[in-house]
Amino acid sequence: MSKPLISVRGLTKKFGDFTAVDGIDFDVAKGESFGLLGPNGAGKSTTMRILAATSTRTSGTVEILDKDPELFGPLVRAHLGVVPQQDNLDNELTVSENLFIYGRYFGLSKKFIKNKIEELLEFAQLEEKRDVKVEALSGGMKRRLTIARGLVSEPDILLLDEPTTGLDPQARHILWDRLFRLKEQGVTLVLTTHFMDEAEQLCDRLVVMDKGAIMAEGSPAGLIKQYSSKEVLEVRFGSDRNKEVAPQLATMCERMETLPDRLLMYTEDGEALLEKITHAGMHATTSLVRRSSLEDVFLRLTGRTLIE
Amino acid sequence: MNTGIDVPQIQRFGALYIASARLRSMSKWRTIIAAVDIGNPLFYLIAVGIGIGVLVEQGSGTSGTSGIKYIAFIAPALLANTAITGIMDETVFPTIEGFKWRKLFFAQNATPITGRQIALGVYLAALCRAIFSVSVYYLLLLAFNVVDFGVSVLIIPIAILGGAAFGAVILYFAAKIEKDDQFFNILGRLILMPMFLFSGTFFPLTSMPIYLQPIGWVSPLWHATELGREAAFDYGIGNTLVLIHLVVLLTLVVVGLNLSMRQFERRLAK
Repeated sequence: MSKPLISVRGLTKKFGDFTAVDGIDFDVAKGESFGLLGPNGAGKSTTMRILAATSTRTSGTVEILDKDPELFGPLVRAHLGVVPQQDNLDNELTVSENLFIYGRYFGLSKKFIKNKIEELLEFAQLEEKRDVKVEALSGGMKRRLTIARGLVSEPDILLLDEPTTGLDPQARHILWDRLFRLKEQGVTLVLTTHFMDEAEQLCDRLVVMDKGAIMAEGSPAGLIKQYSSKEVLEVRFGSDRNKEVAPQLATMCERMETLPDRLLMYTEDGEALLEKITHAGMHATTSLVRRSSLEDVFLRLTGRTLIE
Repeated sequence: MNTGIDVPQIQRFGALYIASARLRSMSKWRTIIAAVDIGNPLFYLIAVGIGIGVLVEQGSGTSGTSGIKYIAFIAPALLANTAITGIMDETVFPTIEGFKWRKLFFAQNATPITGRQIALGVYLAALCRAIFSVSVYYLLLLAFNVVDFGVSVLIIPIAILGGAAFGAVILYFAAKIEKDDQFFNILGRLILMPMFLFSGTFFPLTSMPIYLQPIGWVSPLWHATELGREAAFDYGIGNTLVLIHLVVLLTLVVVGLNLSMRQFERRLAK
């Protein structure tokens, strides 16, 4: 295996007494799509700012393309494309002006940028908006423009912090499609998300983070296999009854999680389990059999749901 | 990897890339900037030249104003003040916007551009604005016959130096602002206004009681005004004072700019 593009060992970042990132290790290989999954406040964005060679670390080592980002900030950043959590486009300028000035920050020639803009507008599906001021764009368009801006320098690594947070489902799907194309082109992606479906769609490999630490690492399918059962039966008996029946139900499955509004029963065969429950004389008000997801992995690892 | 990225070149010219982006943003406001930069001098030249000036000259002739018309006496101060307010507009707003409102600086810093270059770029673009504002003002002074074309042209660079000194310092404070709610009130009413009134702008600083004079001594406006008067007419402050005024202003530029660049770098690296 070739040397990883990103190598992180014992990375720690403290803000005063608060430890935002607590000694994490991971590698990202070339062409890989790597995710940091965790709830808000898990330390994902802080980690991303350090990977982006803009924020300093308290301890540990970080190597990006064999260089310490803290010592060689400009050199490292020349290879990165960054899509921050909040769009920080220049609202007063037009779509194409935003791409143009950003390209100039990389010292790229005007000719190169002009050609690149055409390609990026097509990629971001913003050809018709090229001369429109950014403030007039929808949230999804701004997001696509921010991603296009991050690609203007043809980066080796694209860092995306919560790429689809705040977007409606349709805008998210368009964005996923665009990111999937980048992945197919071999761009190395590093992204943070607190959406398990996003992580499952886009990541080859991911780490689950909570309270600044890494709880688990693997491929989405591998993590689900390792930390959860094949299927999940979700049952509701009404908020008061849930607690009453919980002890009895717990004996009927491999593992059970009691949430405020429902019970999650982990099993290899959800339908069979539901039948068993009904046989035992318990009638759920609603029931749902589904495949295990990363949400279940997170619940198993931390005892909490991803979005609270 | 894009082979067109030349990091050493960005390290040399990064501040200019930022300045040129700032100028592009400013150009979106060109109508308003032009209206302000032409309108403001006109108001002053009419109100002070025709109104207050006549009153002053009726009262004491030109004995208190080095023997020249009142409007000509205060012209170097008005010019320096124009540089100061112009530079302030183009440093304070973009800086708070860059760190807080729209976080543009964080976008710029995600490229090979450094925090120090962003600070310098914002400052250079603000200087361009001051050069424009002050030049327009000077042309109006010529048109209104307040100054004669000649050595008086020196009041342009002097005014810009005064603005540069103030701007370098205010850039640092703007970069320190975490909460902006009261900042503009304090800046406008408690710093700019007293500086404008007590820097020997409308009357010689020495005609004020000694305990008020220190306001002028620490004010870039006063130093620039004194230098401007020396350049514009026979003011007679002597070479030593000229040197002192120059040194004070240049020191403020160097110290202010260094503090600003360091503050930009630190805040972006948090």
